[in-house]
Amino acid sequence: MRISDVQSEEVLAGLPSATLAPRPLARATELLRGWSAQVMLGAAVMTLFLLVALIGPAIAPYAVHAQVGHVYASPSPSHPLGLDNGGYDVLSNLLVGARTSMIVGLCAAVVSILIGGTIGVIAGYVGGRTDGVLMRITDYFLVIPDIPLMIISAAVFGRNTRNIVVIIGLIYWTTAARLIRAQVRSLRQRVYVRRAELLGASGRRVLWTHIVPQVTPLLIANTVLMIANAIFAETYIAFLGLGNPTTPSWGAMIQSSLAGGAIFYHAWWAVLPPGIAVTVVVLAATLVGQGLEDSLNPRLRAGHLAVRRFRLRPLHGELERE
Amino acid sequence: MSYTIKRVGFAVLTMFIAVTLDFFLFRVLPGSAVSGLRCQNCTLQFKQAIIHQYGLDKPKFEQYLIFLVRLLHGDLGTSVANNQPVWSDISGPLLNTLPMLLAGTLVAIVIGVLSGVVSAWRRGTLVDRGSLWTSLVFYAMPTQWIGVLVVFYVASVLGLPRAGIQSSTLGILGTASTWATIVDRTRHLILPALTLGVGLYGQFALVTRSAMLETLGEDYVLTARAKGLSNLTVIRRHALRNATLPLVTLIALSAGSIVGGAIVVEDVFSYPGIGLATVDAINQNDYPVLQGIFVVLTVSVILANLAADLLYMRLDPRVRRELDGVTG
Repeated sequence: MRISDVQSEEVLAGLPSATLAPRPLARATELLRGWSAQVMLGAAVMTLFLLVALIGPAIAPYAVHAQVGHVYASPSPSHPLGLDNGGYDVLSNLLVGARTSMIVGLCAAVVSILIGGTIGVIAGYVGGRTDGVLMRITDYFLVIPDIPLMIISAAVFGRNTRNIVVIIGLIYWTTAARLIRAQVRSLRQRVYVRRAELLGASGRRVLWTHIVPQVTPLLIANTVLMIANAIFAETYIAFLGLGNPTTPSWGAMIQSSLAGGAIFYHAWWAVLPPGIAVTVVVLAATLVGQGLEDSLNPRLRAGHLAVRRFRLRPLHGELERE
Repeated sequence: MSYTIKRVGFAVLTMFIAVTLDFFLFRVLPGSAVSGLRCQNCTLQFKQAIIHQYGLDKPKFEQYLIFLVRLLHGDLGTSVANNQPVWSDISGPLLNTLPMLLAGTLVAIVIGVLSGVVSAWRRGTLVDRGSLWTSLVFYAMPTQWIGVLVVFYVASVLGLPRAGIQSSTLGILGTASTWATIVDRTRHLILPALTLGVGLYGQFALVTRSAMLETLGEDYVLTARAKGLSNLTVIRRHALRNATLPLVTLIALSAGSIVGGAIVVEDVFSYPGIGLATVDAINQNDYPVLQGIFVVLTVSVILANLAADLLYMRLDPRVRRELDGVTG
């Protein structure tokens, strides 16, 4: 490829050279305007939960493993969500458990995105045989069922929060790797990247100034989606008794409501709060992540969680209005 | 044809990698399963005998080869907890899980497809929004929590058993008839299957909806409508049939999460399947059994994926031609 080829492409495209390299910041503000109510709502909810995770242990009215009344005492002014099967304050456990869930969610998501992102960028940028090998490996790991793998890893190493973070992160990197690789591959073909290469920029420079900033928004969207997955996975692990027994978590609360026979006490306050918390935060993360992904990468719109309006060719009966 | 061979080769390699991972996790990494054999009041001789019995004193690579050869003979090892072959420990639970798993998947597909079709047909309306949000909320709920809610609040209303696979009173007055056993087992199956189905249906609904929206915009659907076919026929014969393809892929891809869901659902309902066996093995630190369960589940999921891919090729002549054209 010669420089003139690239230039003629620019001319053909009728674009002034300055606009060829899209500025990430400008794109981000543009995106902000385009954000749907769903994304905003999800982001607000997630912020709230992050806040709770930060200050939860400080504002929890009681110690988490302190018996402060009768087993399954019903909600009262001093215990707004009642007590659980150990006579512990449900609200306090919920607030402190938020920290466990959010830490696991955030850290595991970051771990998986770091691994997946690195592999995706390398595979997409280097291409050729490296790409083939890396994507093959990714394919193999994509097929190995995540939950059984998670269970045996947690059984061998688990029972503390750090190990659980690492296990979840190590298991969920595959989707990010494929996604990022596809994006990097398409970026490599862009005129401004090819021109930078032709002007003699080193591979490292092209990668860090042209490729990485462009995939970062997608990485962030994926991280948010991954938070939902990781929080979900944490409740699984805790529910199966593989979590850290000394820190309260939402998964462990669900488990103890079942094991403690909350039903015989009609103790809905021990059953509902942890499940609702997980559902709300997972839903919020899904909405934000999916919304971001949709607006960042319209070609991914056939994605598996398509929550949006489809533009269709007019159907019978709608023809006149078009 | 060449695609089929390649695809089978891929599946076999994946199994090999999974099995290697299995060995690596339990035998090679420090602080792994071998230390699970540690016990407080065992004598040194006893420990050494155990280590020798499980072949843990041999070099790692030799252990790995023995492990592989045994696996190829269908030998999954011996349970630490009861000294039985792992296979005989988990084949029973596996058989119990299968009908529950299939019923649950069926529930998920039925609810998912119905809700997706209605959503797509009435797109943009209140019905669409309602079904979309319902799917999303169920998608976000932890399956085990749905199970707990069902055990606590639904079981008594429906008058269905909330635990086990069979009534303990069954067969107390002489052998129960086959029919009575089937009825009783089905009654025990309903709630776990329902829980699994409800926990999984969300993504089926979302995928059906997007696939249907795509096919509904196609010219052949417009033609079908112009011919004056009824709505039901258009949906069934023209739109939904072409929307099945992404669904097949999704079902295969979610084989892993279906299995995962089944594990916690069984734990909730004390349903004596592979999930409960997993939990028992975890509680007893029975690593050979856990190892065996992982191998069995992984191989099943990989085979399910393989089957779906080959099915996909059969279902879509375009893919068949393209793949065989490129590779063959």
